[in-house]
Amino acid sequence: MTQTNRLNKGGRIDRQRILNFTFNGQRYEGHAGDTLASALLANGVNVVNRSFKYSRPRGIVAAGAEEPNAVMQMGATEATQIPNVRATQQALFEGLCARSTNPHSELLSTLGNLFAPLIPPGFYYKTFMQPASMWMTYEKVIRKAAGLGRSPRESDPDHYEHIKRHCDVLVIGAGAAGLAAALAAGRSGARVILCDEQEEPGGSLLDSRELLDGRPASAWVESVMAELANMEEVLLLPRTTANGLHDHNFITLYERRAEHLGDLVPEIDGRKPARACLHHVRAGQIVLATGAHERPLVYASNDLPGNMLAGAVSTYIRRYGVVPGKRLVVSTCHDDGYRAALDWAEAGHQVVAIVDARKHNDAATGHWVRLAAKQGLQIIYGSAVIEAKGKNRVTGARVAEIDIPEFQTRGSVTDLACDTIASSGGYNPVVHLASHTGARPVWRDDIMGFVPTKMTGLIPTGGATGIYALADVLKSGIEAGSEAALACGRQSPEIDLPEVDRIEIAQAAPLFQVPHPKTTLRAPKQFVDLQNDVTAAAIELATREGFESIEHVKRYTAMGFGTDQGKLGNINGMAVVARCLKKSIAETGTTVFRPNYTPVAFGAIAGPHRRELFDPERYTALHAWHVDRGAAFEDVGQWKRPWYYPQSTGESMHDAVARECRAVREKVGVLDASTLGKIDIQGKDVREFLGRIYTNKWEKLPVGKARYGLMCKDDGMVMDDGVTTCLGDNHFLMTTTTGGAAGVLEWLELWHQTEWPELDVSFTSVTDHWATLMVTGPEARHLLAEMTDIDLDRDTFKFMEWREGDVAGVPARVYRISFTGELSYEINVQAHYAMHVWKKLFEHGDKYGLTPYGTETMHVLRAEKGFIIVGQETDGSVTPEDLGMQWCVGYDKPFSWIGKRALTRPDTRREDRKQMVGLKPVDQTVVLQEGAQIVFEPKASPIAMVGHVTSSYYSPTLGHGFALAVVKGGQKRMGERVYLPMADGVTQVAEIVSPIFYDPKGERQNV
Amino acid sequence: MFYIHCPYCNERRSEEEFHAKGQAHLMRPANPEEASDREWGDYLFFRDNPRGLHQEMWVHAAGCRKFFNILRNTVSYEILETYPMGEQSSVLAEMTAGRERGEPRRAAGAVA
Repeated sequence: MTQTNRLNKGGRIDRQRILNFTFNGQRYEGHAGDTLASALLANGVNVVNRSFKYSRPRGIVAAGAEEPNAVMQMGATEATQIPNVRATQQALFEGLCARSTNPHSELLSTLGNLFAPLIPPGFYYKTFMQPASMWMTYEKVIRKAAGLGRSPRESDPDHYEHIKRHCDVLVIGAGAAGLAAALAAGRSGARVILCDEQEEPGGSLLDSRELLDGRPASAWVESVMAELANMEEVLLLPRTTANGLHDHNFITLYERRAEHLGDLVPEIDGRKPARACLHHVRAGQIVLATGAHERPLVYASNDLPGNMLAGAVSTYIRRYGVVPGKRLVVSTCHDDGYRAALDWAEAGHQVVAIVDARKHNDAATGHWVRLAAKQGLQIIYGSAVIEAKGKNRVTGARVAEIDIPEFQTRGSVTDLACDTIASSGGYNPVVHLASHTGARPVWRDDIMGFVPTKMTGLIPTGGATGIYALADVLKSGIEAGSEAALACGRQSPEIDLPEVDRIEIAQAAPLFQVPHPKTTLRAPKQFVDLQNDVTAAAIELATREGFESIEHVKRYTAMGFGTDQGKLGNINGMAVVARCLKKSIAETGTTVFRPNYTPVAFGAIAGPHRRELFDPERYTALHAWHVDRGAAFEDVGQWKRPWYYPQSTGESMHDAVARECRAVREKVGVLDASTLGKIDIQGKDVREFLGRIYTNKWEKLPVGKARYGLMCKDDGMVMDDGVTTCLGDNHFLMTTTTGGAAGVLEWLELWHQTEWPELDVSFTSVTDHWATLMVTGPEARHLLAEMTDIDLDRDTFKFMEWREGDVAGVPARVYRISFTGELSYEINVQAHYAMHVWKKLFEHGDKYGLTPYGTETMHVLRAEKGFIIVGQETDGSVTPEDLGMQWCVGYDKPFSWIGKRALTRPDTRREDRKQMVGLKPVDQTVVLQEGAQIVFEPKASPIAMVGHVTSSYYSPTLGHGFALAVVKGGQKRMGERVYLPMADGVTQVAEIVSPIFYDPKGERQNV
Repeated sequence: MFYIHCPYCNERRSEEEFHAKGQAHLMRPANPEEASDREWGDYLFFRDNPRGLHQEMWVHAAGCRKFFNILRNTVSYEILETYPMGEQSSVLAEMTAGRERGEPRRAAGAVA
């Protein structure tokens, strides 16, 4: 039996094209033009999901983004899994494979039904909070039970795009209002983007009963789309949801390019297009033509499959040729509800009754009401469906007379046999986007709905502002489009409105929750938020427990949470709160809707920014050599730096580092130090500027010399360090830490531009222009001498000097500076010469035992010398004095340099500040853990923490582990013992020593 | 994401080209050695956190690399004005003049 509910004719589907799909493993057929939801309804599938909390059977309710129940786990393979797809928004394709997000579980179903009365709002908070340590365990179980969908465990085989766009006018929604607005804006010559989330543009016009210019509304949609498609400055984006509106008219548009084509993106003309594209749009004006969602009525057991929105019933009949049942009861409080009955009857199925909350006199003037009466449909006035009957599908409707102001039923209850109940309580303007930036929508009594508040650059129109009559919607759309065009400096064009018959509409009645003969707490469940299983009773209970703010009620009950964002239930929920608190809905207010409007695939959010493109990777000019040599790499900022060079024999890191350390201490090593930040500084005031920025003196540094400098923030804390060289009287080269380069440049510019614009100084980042090859070790001079014309004599080219000359036949600057404590020459050449020089070094270096070394060896060697690394020994709370670097502080400089004044604040003068020291573990085999906390008295309780280990290594030169640390008052505690209680229960013991472990007099670099 | 007019480039660009640098118009005391510990502490650590109009310093980091000032509403996020370093806000000056003429004060939370 296939497609039992499909009509023989009508709808916008292609009956010639049959598409096969599976749902929960069962095979079905549908047609091209179907959504997954319309195809399921055509096949008579009643239960599409189980509810979140009570595991109750749920069916399809809506036909669009507001669908709360038919939330699917899509995907034929593990890699193509997509969670939280609404069946109402998923076009059918051949081979589509969907599953319920919450499959049926006997256990949960039984538990849910048995214990439903025991699961009040806040149940999880109340029950699972104690003991707090167990929450992580409970949470896993609860989440699994809650079935929030799952992400794929395999990598997504498709790809995604990002596009940045600018436009004058962005029109969101291509229904009647949006099309009219786009037409007006487009004809003005403005740059327009028109996006629409559905498979086809047209919105409600696709299933409208009304005629435009005497033709079906869909014909007008086609002619407008054709005109827009021919406009050069208009971009049409179908299947595109505006899912987030951010500050200053920045909008993200989620365009699904291939979700309707297949489980995997098919090849088109030999290439695979992106599965989806996220457009980052900056719009001059936004026309919000998002329309309105129909609001269901809240009555007992309104969650049984067969309870639907009246408008959705019409949409399925008129657009998809599907009648989702045999016998219909309509429950409504306004004219539009009648349209479902008219469509149902025209499809040849039985309309049992239309139950209208209004009295006969109040309703009878309405056009659709009169038409229904004329067709002989039974209308029951002054009443409502108070309860649905049935188990897995509606089998009947209980109808009673109601008194809305008194919130009670009157007289006896009538049972009507039916399989479908279509309800409509009016419309909720879709204001979500307008509140994404924090603005609160405003309640309007006349339309019984919230409308967007006024915002710069945002023009709501049509249904989004509570205008529902088609003629008025079109007029409103054209006005909005013209207003937007004018705001962008265009002339608004002349537009003729299509002819629409003006139909009489009777005043609607304000009905949200339908009264029941029993109280709300005792009546069968009346669902407000179907997706989050929130009932009217739960909300009433929340107000009784003292939750009065709508935001608190939301969080306590979970109403409007998650992927639903309160599309269907929020207004009804607020109405229940208002009733319980005896306030108006305007006083109750609304919660804030948040992005995203509907779920967005993470793939689309990530776009191309994944794997190696996730973050820019920076390579030095020698990268290829390092890769070739088999280096292990370490990320330093965005740089890839060689960490160590294991030998091909499978050498361990420990062994490789020990070998590299010994090579430098005993022979010669070379480090690619090109990543050091380099800032070229020129101008006649450079010396003055450096003197203000650095802690030490720069006034008299002669050309040809270099100096180590320490940089503080104005709070006196160390922020960076490096060697700066005097290249000429008005020309210096500053080096910074690898990670600090960009920040230091901005820091220099900040002070120059804001405090000292009178200084003549300018800055250029030259980090990438120069490659830096650090040759270090006792044989460094012999090696370099073979390759350069620079005089390397120890007395003419002294420590902390630099020379210009040829190295390996190319121009170079050679700096005699050292970060290892050994005799060192730092060769700087233009980056594109680097590989040549590097290879020449190895040609000459073999006989000296030249060994490349990485950052790990660099760290060990510098730590043996007590040289700090900013960001390792410092953390923004360490002064030069804490580091014992008073030698680098010019206390008597005339200008009060950055950080100086703060060094005399009482806090920076404290004797018990954490100061840098060396630590020598008492057990020589121990290498302390970096970050380990230090205590003086391990048995005290509570135990006072007095510092931590900042760097710790094994030294192959010393033959034992050693560490740098900060310890309270440490500089006066030399020789004392400290303790390091570890997580495994062991307490390490170490002795406080000088941070300089090797060659304390610095003789080795001065040979 | 903000859309910021750089007063030097004279163009509006996306926030990702800029870095926020905190409160604008902070004066470093001219003679730090003469400042009391309290005055120096105020300069270092204390910042305004208004609900409403706030003057901020930004830098066009991925553009001209110039620092400039922004007058921004911290409630609506509206940027009322951007102006170069060394200048004062003309919008604030006009508001002060308006108040002196007896015009009503602009509400802090007003969404323009």
